[in-house]
This record gives sequence, structure tokens and C-alpha cells, in this order.
Amino acid sequence: MPGLFGVLFATARRDLTLVWKRPGDSLNPLFFFAMVASLFPLAVGPTPEQLQFAGPGVLWVAALLAMLLSLNSLFMSDFEDGSLEQLLVSPQPLVVMALGKTIAHWLTSGLPLVILSPVMALAFQMELEVAGVLMVTLALGTISLSLLGSVGAALTVGLHRGTALLSLLILPLSMPVLIFGARTVSLAAAGDAYSAGIYALAAYAVGALTLVPFATSAALRISNS
Amino acid sequence: MTAKLSGHDLTLVRGDRCLFTGVSFALESENLLVLEGRNGSGKTSLLKAIVGMIDLEEGEIRWNGRPVREVRQEFFGSLVWVAHRTGLKSDLNLVENLRFESNLRPESRHDMDAVLDRLGIQRLRKLPLRSLSAGQQRRVALARMLLADASLWLMDEPFTNLDREGRALVLDLVKEHLGRGGMCIMAAHQDIDLDVATQRVMLQ
Repeated sequence: MPGLFGVLFATARRDLTLVWKRPGDSLNPLFFFAMVASLFPLAVGPTPEQLQFAGPGVLWVAALLAMLLSLNSLFMSDFEDGSLEQLLVSPQPLVVMALGKTIAHWLTSGLPLVILSPVMALAFQMELEVAGVLMVTLALGTISLSLLGSVGAALTVGLHRGTALLSLLILPLSMPVLIFGARTVSLAAAGDAYSAGIYALAAYAVGALTLVPFATSAALRISNS
Repeated sequence: MTAKLSGHDLTLVRGDRCLFTGVSFALESENLLVLEGRNGSGKTSLLKAIVGMIDLEEGEIRWNGRPVREVRQEFFGSLVWVAHRTGLKSDLNLVENLRFESNLRPESRHDMDAVLDRLGIQRLRKLPLRSLSAGQQRRVALARMLLADASLWLMDEPFTNLDREGRALVLDLVKEHLGRGGMCIMAAHQDIDLDVATQRVMLQ
């Protein structure tokens, strides 16, 4: 149905336009990621063995926390100016609009991390192939994190200072992503077979993409009643 | 003939406080329903209950004789809600805001230029909403309402921030809308006295 794609596109485009007009807020998580990833090698010490050992874990934890930082704002401004209420009574399915907003969120917070990650991998003395694996796992992982986060953000949107609760809700669900993501990069760095981890992350992302928008739209209706 | 939109013996409880009980109405084409009551008497809550955002303790809202829950998408397609908060993005300009809304209602056939002229906001097209006055933003919200081309208008305090001329304009628009067979539910403080079939619900 072209109509639904139009709605998806319109919702995503509006959020992207908003980010374009006010880029500061969405750059914060990226700065956080870049700072953690570039300060860590300075603190740990310059030996390649140590850096290569710690690299995958540190980069993945930094990416996970950066995504968490960005999630709070996903529905917050819509809630404050009343546009969320308008989406709730819109003739179009809320599932599609929630997915559109989540896609825009991933494009503005997940994708920049993925693009920046090879540069950060250099700071940890990773080889080119390992940096590529890092990029692929982060791409799949951040998709899952954006989607899972959208449920948490939808549930906590009506609460003031819901950030702590949001993190508590999201962290257990994002553990598999972190474990598979960091482990896969470690395996690649050690020269072992790593494709299974990528398949697992891809399966998790596809599962989230299929199921989570429905949970998000239900959560939005609950938190606005 | 059954009423287009009706509510029978509605009771709404928020927390442990009963906001209203025994509220009934039946709205047909060309009808205006005015919700009256003091601040905090539940006018906005009743509007939210009508669109299904909050659940009623007792009673049921029916659209064309069927419970709203069963025909939600169809019901939403024929209503537009002018809420207390405008629901517009302050960083986007007027055209960007309205274009998003019209993307959600592709079947609407209203001409944006004509609507902007009518509301006197044509020259504000390129400005971000942030730089508009509260009254001008209210006019943009009204432009969105007109562009939605819906048969049922739900208006929550539509006169807020509007000047005298703007208030008269709202009344004119409502009258024209009812003349075309539309319906309107309005929550208002001031007395609404229009030459149309009007029901009143007084919330205690």
C-alpha cells in the first residue's frame, strides 16, 4: 500500500527536518561516543595488546550508552507541544507513525555512530577487517537498540525525569545485543569465525523491527491516558 | 434515525475523584454541542474520552450507532481535534507544519492558500512557528483544522489567545461548517450564542 509508505516517509521526514534545523541535541550522543572511545586508549596505555583486548568491549559499551542518552528525547518534544496527542487521533495507523519516528531516530543517532566507529577503531589499533566487523555489528545492534528504546521512551514519555526508569527498562533487553556485538568483534580480532554472531544480531534486529512498533504504539496509548 | 455521535450516561473518574456522572448527548449533522463548566470541571477530559484517549468509568461513545472502539480508524478519519496545546512544531515553519498534516490526510481537498488567506496568516508562511505570537499560532492550528476537511470538529477553548476579530472568525467558521452539514463540539468559557441548533452540557 503506497499510502502507508507515504505516512512512514512523512513522519520520518518531519523528524529529520527538525534535527536538521536544530542539530545540537542529536549530536550530543555522538560526542559522548567519540570522547569515551578516544579518552580510553589514553588512560589504559599505548600497548597494542591491551588496546586490542579492551577495544571491542569499550566501543560497544560506549555505543550502547550513547544510544540510551539519545532515547529520552524520542517522544519528549512531541509530548510537550501536543503533537503526540494529534498523532494519537490521526486517521493513520499509529504503528506506522511510531516506526517512522524510530527510523528517523536511528538515522540521526545510530547511523552516525556506525559511520564514526572505524575511526574510533583506529584508536584501539584494530585491523581493517575487524573495524569492518565492528561497523556491521554496530549497524545491526543500533537498529535493535533504537527499536527497543522506542518502547521504553513511549512508556516513560509522560513521566518527568523518566531517564533512569527508561534505562532500567531497556538495559535487560539490550544485553543480548551488547554480548553478541562485543563478542563477535573480539572473535574477529582473534582471527576466529565470527559470522554466527552477525546472524544472531541480524535476527534480533529483524525480530525487533517486526514486533516492536506494535508495542511502541500500544505503549504510547497507555502513557497518554 | 440514530445520532451520528452520541454518549449516554457517561461517568469519568480520574484518580479517586469523580469528574462528572450522568452526562448524555446526541449529536446530528448541523449540531453544535457546547461543553460548559468551571476550570477543572472535566471539559478537556470529556473531549479526550470522546476520542478514546482516556477510558470512561461508565457509558459509551457511539459513532453512527457503533461503539467508537470498533470503528476507531474511521472515526479518527472524520474528526479533527483542536487541543489546548497546538500540536505544531515550533522549529518548523507554517507550510512545513501544515504539509505534514496534509500528508496524513491525503484525501483532503482544501486549498492551502485560500485557508491561509481566510485566517490572515498568508504572510507568515516562511517564519518558524517559534517566532509567531500565541494568537498567530492558534490561527495556524485553526488552519490545520480547516485543511483536515473533517466532519466533526472538537475544539478545546478555541478562543484562547485570539483577538476580538479572531474570536468572531472562529464563530463564523463554525457556523459555515455546520451549514455544510458538519458537527462541532466546543469546550468554552464564554457564552456561545450562534443561530444554530445548539445543545449544552453543563459539567459540575
